[in-house]
Amino acid sequence: MTESTWDPSKPILEIENLSISFFTRMREIPAVMDFSCTVMAGESMGLVGESGCGKSTVALAVMRDLGKNGKIVAGSIKFKGRDLTHMTEEELRHIRGSEIAMIYQEPMASLNPAMKIGAQLAEVPIIHQNMDKAEAWALARQIVADVRLPDPDRILHAYPHQLSGGQQQRIVIAMALMSKPALLILDEPTTALDVTVEAGIVDLVKDLGVKYGTSMLFISHNLGLILDVCDRLCVMYSGEAVESGNVREVFATMRHPYTQALFRSIPLPGADKNSRPLVAIPGNFPLPHERPQGCNFGPRCDYFQDGRCNAAEIEMSTVAGDDRHQSRCLKWQEIDWNAPMQRKAAKEKTPVGRVVLKMDDLRKYYSVSSGAFGGGAKKVVKANETLSFEAREGETLAIVGESGCGKSTFAKVLMGLETATSGSIMLFDENVQSTPIQKRNIDTVSSVQMVFQNPFDTLNPSMNVGRQIIRALEIFKFGTSDEDRNARMLELLDLVKLPRAFAERMPRQLSGGQKQRVGIARAFAGGAKVVVADEPVSALDVSVQAAVTDLLMDIQRENKTTLLFISHDLSIVRYLADRVMVMYLGHVVEMGTTDQVFQPPYHPYTEALLSAVPIADPKVTRKRIVLEGDIPSAMNPPPGCPFQTRCRWKSQVPGGICETQMPPVQTLAGGHQVKCHLSAEVMASMEPVIKIAAE
Amino acid sequence: MLIFIARRLGVMILTALALTFIVFYLTNLPPNLEKLARTEGSVRMTDEAVLAWIDQNGHGGSVFGRYAQWIGLAPGWVLTDEKGVTRGRCINSTNTPETAATYCGVLQGDWGFSTVFKKPVAESVMQKLGSTGWLMLAVMLVMVPASLLIGVLSGMREGSRTDRVLSIFSIATTATPEYVSGVILVAIFASATAGISPILASWGWIDSKTLFLGTATSAMDGITFWNFALPVMTIALYGIGYIARMTRASMTEVMTQQYIRTARLKGVSFGNVVMKHALRNALIAPFTVIMLQFPWLLNGVVIVETLFNYKGFGWTLVQAAGNNDIDLLLGCSVVAVIVVLTTQLISDIGYVFLNPRIRLS
Repeated sequence: MTESTWDPSKPILEIENLSISFFTRMREIPAVMDFSCTVMAGESMGLVGESGCGKSTVALAVMRDLGKNGKIVAGSIKFKGRDLTHMTEEELRHIRGSEIAMIYQEPMASLNPAMKIGAQLAEVPIIHQNMDKAEAWALARQIVADVRLPDPDRILHAYPHQLSGGQQQRIVIAMALMSKPALLILDEPTTALDVTVEAGIVDLVKDLGVKYGTSMLFISHNLGLILDVCDRLCVMYSGEAVESGNVREVFATMRHPYTQALFRSIPLPGADKNSRPLVAIPGNFPLPHERPQGCNFGPRCDYFQDGRCNAAEIEMSTVAGDDRHQSRCLKWQEIDWNAPMQRKAAKEKTPVGRVVLKMDDLRKYYSVSSGAFGGGAKKVVKANETLSFEAREGETLAIVGESGCGKSTFAKVLMGLETATSGSIMLFDENVQSTPIQKRNIDTVSSVQMVFQNPFDTLNPSMNVGRQIIRALEIFKFGTSDEDRNARMLELLDLVKLPRAFAERMPRQLSGGQKQRVGIARAFAGGAKVVVADEPVSALDVSVQAAVTDLLMDIQRENKTTLLFISHDLSIVRYLADRVMVMYLGHVVEMGTTDQVFQPPYHPYTEALLSAVPIADPKVTRKRIVLEGDIPSAMNPPPGCPFQTRCRWKSQVPGGICETQMPPVQTLAGGHQVKCHLSAEVMASMEPVIKIAAE
Repeated sequence: MLIFIARRLGVMILTALALTFIVFYLTNLPPNLEKLARTEGSVRMTDEAVLAWIDQNGHGGSVFGRYAQWIGLAPGWVLTDEKGVTRGRCINSTNTPETAATYCGVLQGDWGFSTVFKKPVAESVMQKLGSTGWLMLAVMLVMVPASLLIGVLSGMREGSRTDRVLSIFSIATTATPEYVSGVILVAIFASATAGISPILASWGWIDSKTLFLGTATSAMDGITFWNFALPVMTIALYGIGYIARMTRASMTEVMTQQYIRTARLKGVSFGNVVMKHALRNALIAPFTVIMLQFPWLLNGVVIVETLFNYKGFGWTLVQAAGNNDIDLLLGCSVVAVIVVLTTQLISDIGYVFLNPRIRLS
């Protein structure tokens, strides 16, 4: 089919009443039910929802790549008026890559590791336009330049592993654009990337969409990102679209209880752990074969009405007055959407006690060798440089930074998994800096514990939950008998708000949030005084994140634990941290209370970081500061200030000392520390990055 | 690269020394030497005479000293007996005690004298190794392409009918030991009374009594399809199944990777997905296995060469072991050790070139 037979005023993509099921030996599992959406030419459509809601399945259905088990059981997908569901493999092959292209979540995994970048790019026009090889490579070079990659010639001859994550994702985008497709499907394109890199990619995608007039189907779990990129959105829950409409309208006047609950569970500016805590969505996501009768969200909904909401299947109904705004709720006209949310009781702020952990001038260097066969010059990676801080009892100290900034190395050194190169770590007046974990005594080990990022990998799959916690108690030599430990284990399950019956369950029977609770219970088994939480909620869904964060805060209040919260997510850091430490390339560039760090004056890196985080609130305006280039390699840091290669304030420092001298730590009002050459006057002239419009 | 190879060569030499010492120690245990004395001297020697013979023929002293002599790092033994005849390690029919070299070991190229073949060890081992080399080459030429083809075909569509048929074939062949498959092949193709040969002969399609020759002795002089096919197939069948299973596992894994989905959704046809995108990635794992087949072949030929009476390396090894030919056994072990270590070095280097991500350290 050619352009001439298709009328550009008609939708590019029209999905009608689509139902998709996966067939296993046991049963048919419906993944998507009665899904409809329309994407017009040049429009970008967002698909939002938690994991398992079927948003990726919709994308793969458009590509007709559902695998052996997946089948479209009803409905149609029309692309430029032609029904994709009845196309043969051969017809599909002509559409894939040329008219519909896809961008994936994991850029590293989606590029062929054994093929040069140029060959992978050039392949697209060679297949679809019968272009000859030289011409295709020339086009590839031009598109690589279009996605703003430096030195396109070198990149074309590189292998994927030689590029950074952000560069790889730009290549995947370039690959999708090689034949100027009419529709671009983006499946969580930035989830695996750092925020500052994400900001660059998002800008690029928006600009290219305008430049090439491409329509987009943008899949994400991140509401802020959808607000940034999309014109329209469709919220999905458990295989159904529950609300769809114009992005700004839906964000401002949502008409489905799930959308509302979702917004209340994410930390927007203004939320605070003590005065305005987040509201988690109660209950769990229903499994695909255990969906309730009637409204799928019914059992978790605040407005649920027995006998009505669970009586029959609910159709999408149009919200009058708005631009194609639809909601799958029977009661949307009855609910008072402007009613203020039921405030949870505000909680006491935890009093901050004595200093329990003190790090002084800590350094951690690794030496690595380069070269394919061992040999080559030995290089020193400075993972941590002159790290000094104190953490007090009952305090939450957040450590923020992008991948490679040294925050995980710091955690390893504190835990004793690695020993520091120099400097001291004082834990309750005891120097543990050079004691590896094997040589620490049980008291020290049990008082410093860790909650890990990925709850799916940290539990032993062949041991039940109770046994795993008891094992930790045995190691910490808790109690004198098995009964003691068993009783303590049940108490710990109570502490993390899991039913006692869960002691008998195997990890595979738990959901992600429940597993993370077990991880927390294990960390607190020995009465930990200092808990290092390394991205504890980043692998969890938004609605579960709120509950797990709340739990951590509650336990902290009760036990006066010192929490070191390592995260790249500034929204959650603003919500729960008392003090924040920002790291860049192994250096602490800024440290202060949460208010100090999130208000000007900023360190230039903090400023960029703040502006890069998408915020799901149309009332918030933020300044866009996109950092150029990638984080320099820690193996080869720039001379002078580590941030000077990407800093937009560099010209404000006289004499170019940024490039030659390591900046001193300036202490501003209230003990706020900033490692920067900028003068006090320039700092004072900084404007806030985020402004909230008056309500 | 050069440093890496130098370091690997160093490790190889140490490994070779350790392995040859173990073989040397085991072949030079006292009972072996007594047996040697009785076969070389006289069967009816008294126990005292045996001990004297051992001493006088340079088999006395510490095992380390003798090992050093064999390697060529210590001077060879020289003894003058009561009759005034001087004999020594380095003295043989071509030289006199005066002209003989002080050192004569493996390093000097003197590998000893084979008591079975009545020839210098180096000569007979090299000649036999050449014969086995031809056999191994033929096996590799059949086995590698066939197994990769079967592996890729069955791995590219996991669970399909092609996959199941080829998997059954490869599991069956790899589960059949050579001494079974060899006998079966001989019975079917090379028997004048059983299998297909009598039928073909009665139809007048073949001139001789059998289709293939049941022995490969004539291949020593000239290799033909008819005398070489059966031993080659016997060894190759087992290896085909094994490598095909490895390739299939690697291929099925690669086919589930996301970059294969990327290629598919780029509009690449299935054939090109397999050829251009999957193949190179899928060959990384089987490459190591193929290189490991060289040492395995060196051992595997023992059974097949004996079965088909092909006088190669394996056959020599059997002869040497069966006749307590110490020098020949040691020579064979040196060759085997060198072949194993060299192929592993090649395998590691080749791996780096096949897989652009790998960095050896």
